[in-house]
Amino acid sequence: MRISPDELIFWQYGFIKLNATIVMTWGLMLFLTIGSWLITRRLTREIHIPRWQNILEILVLGIKEQIKEVGLQQPNRYLPFLGTLFLLLVTATLFTILPGYEPPTGSLSTTAALAICVFVAVPVYGIKERGFGGYLRSYLEPAVIMLPFNIISELSRTLALAIRLFGNMMSGAMILAILLTIAPLIFPILMSALGLLTGMVQAYIFSILATVFIAAATGEEAA
Amino acid sequence: MLIDWFTVVAQAINFLLLVWLLKRFLYKPILQAIDDREKRIATQLQEAGATKEDAEKERRDFQKKNAEFDQQRDALFSQATAKAQDEGRQQLDKARKEYKTLRAKLQESLREEQHSLSREITDRARQEVFAISRKVLADLADATLEEQIAAVFIRRLLELEGKERKKLVEAFNSAGRPAIVRSAFPLSAAQQAAIGKALKDTLVPKAKVQFETNPEQLSGIELSMNGYKIAWSITDYLASLEKSIAVLLNGKPKAEAEPKTKAGPNQDTDEKND
Repeated sequence: MRISPDELIFWQYGFIKLNATIVMTWGLMLFLTIGSWLITRRLTREIHIPRWQNILEILVLGIKEQIKEVGLQQPNRYLPFLGTLFLLLVTATLFTILPGYEPPTGSLSTTAALAICVFVAVPVYGIKERGFGGYLRSYLEPAVIMLPFNIISELSRTLALAIRLFGNMMSGAMILAILLTIAPLIFPILMSALGLLTGMVQAYIFSILATVFIAAATGEEAA
Repeated sequence: MLIDWFTVVAQAINFLLLVWLLKRFLYKPILQAIDDREKRIATQLQEAGATKEDAEKERRDFQKKNAEFDQQRDALFSQATAKAQDEGRQQLDKARKEYKTLRAKLQESLREEQHSLSREITDRARQEVFAISRKVLADLADATLEEQIAAVFIRRLLELEGKERKKLVEAFNSAGRPAIVRSAFPLSAAQQAAIGKALKDTLVPKAKVQFETNPEQLSGIELSMNGYKIAWSITDYLASLEKSIAVLLNGKPKAEAEPKTKAGPNQDTDEKND
């Protein structure tokens, strides 16, 4: 039994390998990009807009509003990173309804990669916003003695991000697979729906936490 | 091992690539479109506000003009009414005046007609009376009447006294010409002699007398000389008769009757006949 889609390797040359995680992610990327392109290539600036454009606008504005609510006063600056994070995780979860699909987020490699991206993005945005010295000083707050704890917190929360998402997504797929062997009718459907829900929640949690971390680093959090 | 580091790196790159792609194809155009539309809506709202403002202004202007128009119309109407009333009053006054004038004219013409009628009646009556009288007198007053007239005239001459006599004498003396005695009928030689004798006896011994006949005199004798006149005629009786007729016609003595008497042949005599 496969725990991670990483284990399904289509092609390998030395350490370079094309496993299911990467291929699924490409598929999602293609879907998102082509879908966006198809809709946005015919954007209208009139008062009356097409439905698809309306849906996209609701989505983008909703994300933007969410970022603003967390405390980032200039959401447009963080929208591409945080929005993409959320959209990728949501699509990855949504596609679980398709047979033969395995969510790339069920691979610890993917969640780790995303957590590392967040881990890198936090200081990048922090330095951009407050300057190098200003960002480093945030590790000494509220007192110098807190420096090691701050560093530990930084590392542990990144680890937590990766493990949380991976655990939830992997467990969902795992439970589904196990249930299919013992109760092949109806029950897996309910579990699949539950998996969708937890997947959505996790996507939201992951994105919100990333937003909160960035807000903390840039010192723009509402609190 | 759950983590495949190659996959981690590949996924990180995939993610960053997706970030770029979505930024390029999703966020940018969508946000741009939203901004544009918001701007457009804001502009349209502003325009609508301006249009509404304009419309409001137009409405106010229109109401103001309407009110002014109403006011003007009312003013003109009342003016016209007043003018019409005035005009009507004037016309009425004019008509009344014209009526009065016409009435006065009518009355005047009526009066004149009456007057001329009465004058005509009077004239005719007088003429008739004169004609009758003349005929009667002509029938009756043959030599005897004329003689009587001459006798009366001579008696009057003889009866002249004091002041009258003196005046007559002075007139005789101052005039170089002979005295003229006019009569309606030709005086006989005896009558002429008697008159001449009376003049000579009573007034001036050397008086010269010239006799003339005037049918208009109507049975009378008149002595005129140097503006002085002494006469006797029945004209005075006729004037008196005329007066009585006028009184009968008009119910009261008319003013016109007076000039008739005055216009009589004895107007400028100093002495009244009997």
